[in-house]
Amino acid sequence: MEFLSYFSHVFEPVSLLLLIGGTIGGLILGATPGLSPTMAVALLIPFTFHLQPSQGLILLGAAYTSTVAGGAVSAILLKIPGAPANIATALDGNEMAKKGEGAKALHLAFMSSAVGGIIGVLLLIFLTPTLAKWALAFGPSHLFWIAILGVTVIGTLDSKSFVKGLLSGCIGLWLSMIGYDDIQGAERFIFTDALTGGINIIAALIGLFAIPQVLDMLSKGRARSAMDAIEVRHQSLTASFKEMVSNMRALSIGTVVGSIIGLIPGVGGQIAGLVAYDQARKFSPEKDKFGTGHAEGVIAAESANNAMVGPSLVPLLTLSIPGSPTAAVLLGGLLIHGIFPGSDLFKNHAAVAWTFIDSMLIGQVLMVIFGIYIANLAAKIAQVPRSILAAGVFILAVFGAYSVQQSMGDVHVMIVLGIAMYVLEKFGFSAAPLVLGLILGPIAESNFLQGSLIAGAQDGAVIYFLTGYLNLFLIALVVASVGYAFWSTMTSRRELEKSQKSGLMR
Amino acid sequence: MKKLIATLSLSLALATGGAALAGDYPDRPVSVMVSYGAGGATDFQARIVTMVAGNKDALGQPIVIINKPGAGGRVGWNWFATSANNDGYSMAAYNVPHFIAQSIKGGVKYSTDSFEPIANWGADPAVVIVGKDSKFNTMQDLVAFAKANPGKLTLSGAGLFVGHHIAALQIEKASGAKMVYIPTKGGGAAAMKAVIAGDVLAGVNNLSDAYRARQAGNVKILGVADLQRNKEFLPDVPTMKEAGLDIDNSSVNFRGLMVPKGTPQAIIDKLVAQVPVMFANKRVAKRMKAGGSPMKIMNRAEVQAMWKERKAFLAGLLKGL
Repeated sequence: MEFLSYFSHVFEPVSLLLLIGGTIGGLILGATPGLSPTMAVALLIPFTFHLQPSQGLILLGAAYTSTVAGGAVSAILLKIPGAPANIATALDGNEMAKKGEGAKALHLAFMSSAVGGIIGVLLLIFLTPTLAKWALAFGPSHLFWIAILGVTVIGTLDSKSFVKGLLSGCIGLWLSMIGYDDIQGAERFIFTDALTGGINIIAALIGLFAIPQVLDMLSKGRARSAMDAIEVRHQSLTASFKEMVSNMRALSIGTVVGSIIGLIPGVGGQIAGLVAYDQARKFSPEKDKFGTGHAEGVIAAESANNAMVGPSLVPLLTLSIPGSPTAAVLLGGLLIHGIFPGSDLFKNHAAVAWTFIDSMLIGQVLMVIFGIYIANLAAKIAQVPRSILAAGVFILAVFGAYSVQQSMGDVHVMIVLGIAMYVLEKFGFSAAPLVLGLILGPIAESNFLQGSLIAGAQDGAVIYFLTGYLNLFLIALVVASVGYAFWSTMTSRRELEKSQKSGLMR
Repeated sequence: MKKLIATLSLSLALATGGAALAGDYPDRPVSVMVSYGAGGATDFQARIVTMVAGNKDALGQPIVIINKPGAGGRVGWNWFATSANNDGYSMAAYNVPHFIAQSIKGGVKYSTDSFEPIANWGADPAVVIVGKDSKFNTMQDLVAFAKANPGKLTLSGAGLFVGHHIAALQIEKASGAKMVYIPTKGGGAAAMKAVIAGDVLAGVNNLSDAYRARQAGNVKILGVADLQRNKEFLPDVPTMKEAGLDIDNSSVNFRGLMVPKGTPQAIIDKLVAQVPVMFANKRVAKRMKAGGSPMKIMNRAEVQAMWKERKAFLAGLLKGL
């Protein structure tokens, strides 16, 4: 309960101002396409040079949590996921916004972010030493199986057809191979300079989600039906809160999945939202509603991507190993003040560490307050005529892709992928499984290669990859996931055939 | 006559214009490209050593860090060699031996001739680390195990053809024992995690990161691949030479600033005079020490000599690999 005594530090005038500023700034940066949480935190590092260590960390921590949540704004309203964490939010959130329920989607996003976020930070507070051991348990063979587990999700994610979902995933896996391979030193499919470093995930995200949408809006032209403004429904806070509480299942699935995945170094927040979304759908009685603007989808995705923030700091604070790029930047924020994270961090620098963690709890609450304030304003965006919105989204897409690393090559990649995705969508393929392939490919590949090298020096690949409790447990999950996908497609097909037959008889 | 006056006035304008260019330089913020991601050691140190650039006694203009990560640094340096402006407003951080080794292996658009060094700020030697519960306590233990079990000693490192890889190659060559070098995708942090978690038996890592991991009680440091012991951070850790391995400082990760070839000499001269002063600022030194990052300020001539020496050495080491 030591953390309670440091709450007063958070409410010191300068600290509180930094916390509020960091939260508002983080929401705005997070809502800007192309500015990932990592970049936002890196941009703030120079400001912390002049602050006390704990104040600097409050600023960075507030920015981290609120940029992750802020990414939901552009994902929901514009279908541009600001970061991989927000992909799953865009799937149902944007459909809700199109129906005029943008305010509701944003309310749900911020509220479930806060619930997930607070639980994640509480896990960080109470279970850190235990969790740290867990984080270390995942070696290359386990990370490989986790990536494969993710691949099995691909087929059922946001697409009507299992086969087309798998095919989209394969395209994503192939795209992830482009570039220089860091482990074997091979150059693959590099025919232009823009591809030397592989396909940048954020540029790809923007292209795959935003560009087909822009083309779609433009192709509908100025037809009268397209000009009809959508009625934007006002949403009361109590109604949103009740809605969230009534979806307890999605909320708890999101929080649990996010916390577990956040803990694993190197996998992190990129897939937490997607995996939680998929699990929430599998356990939902209203499976078919997912992808059509279903509240459960937004709640699961957003609670997961904020629940991951707290546990993702466990390896950093206890072992000095940053589990994600954002954690690496936070490590820099500690180091410039001569604070070395490690098992004795909470002994040697208790005031700094606890104040930082407490500020993340209070930051979650502030995030909801400011997030909801902008939600009702921002939701009006659905009233903008399509032709104008299309132009606006396109400008933001170009700006976002460029700002990732000041590279025109990324903009070209974004546009090419976007146009290709527009064509693929016409044939019933969808972007989410493709992106998941793009994210999981490198994780599976590099861990397999590393594992094989290590296995070569030990007892061989079979023993390394296929024995040990954790490996077997993960393999069992993979088998269960594949089995479930087969079983559910078979039963739904059988039902379809049955209903077709009875339709014919009538 | 008119023509002569016109020519004269034109050349006068050009001459004064040229002088004004160097005289006013810099009149807007200068960018420094880092070819590794935000949060990495190079990025972190670059942000610290450039933080006082806006001061009167430094450049008088702030420095902005731009990250262009990918392919072990190749993306950023390719861009810098081919597309960066050579007007003095585009600088970049270099990592030796990384970019020199990459240019020797080929497939990139740069070599030491593509860049003009300005000054060096840091030197981070490679060290050999093992987990805190490892049975190895000295370099001798490690080498004896590798000799008795050829191909069984796994060593993690940040990637291919970076300082860690060079050090691993040198250790293998000097000891004559066959080892397995495991490059990681996530850089030095992932290589460190592999050692602490026991995924590998040992690892090569940066002195600064290893020092912190030892402070945190997670690793033992067996040896440092440098000519002298590091008195500031690791006075108790022997050099490779002391441990009986004939290894020099070729794997030390030198970091500094450079500009592209073709940058006006007047601007280079100005930077060469001012950048080392900026590195030597007391606040910079304090922050670098706090972060456990060893500094080594070298002027342009010293860096040019170091580049040349590394290039010759690496060409020999990497031959036939």
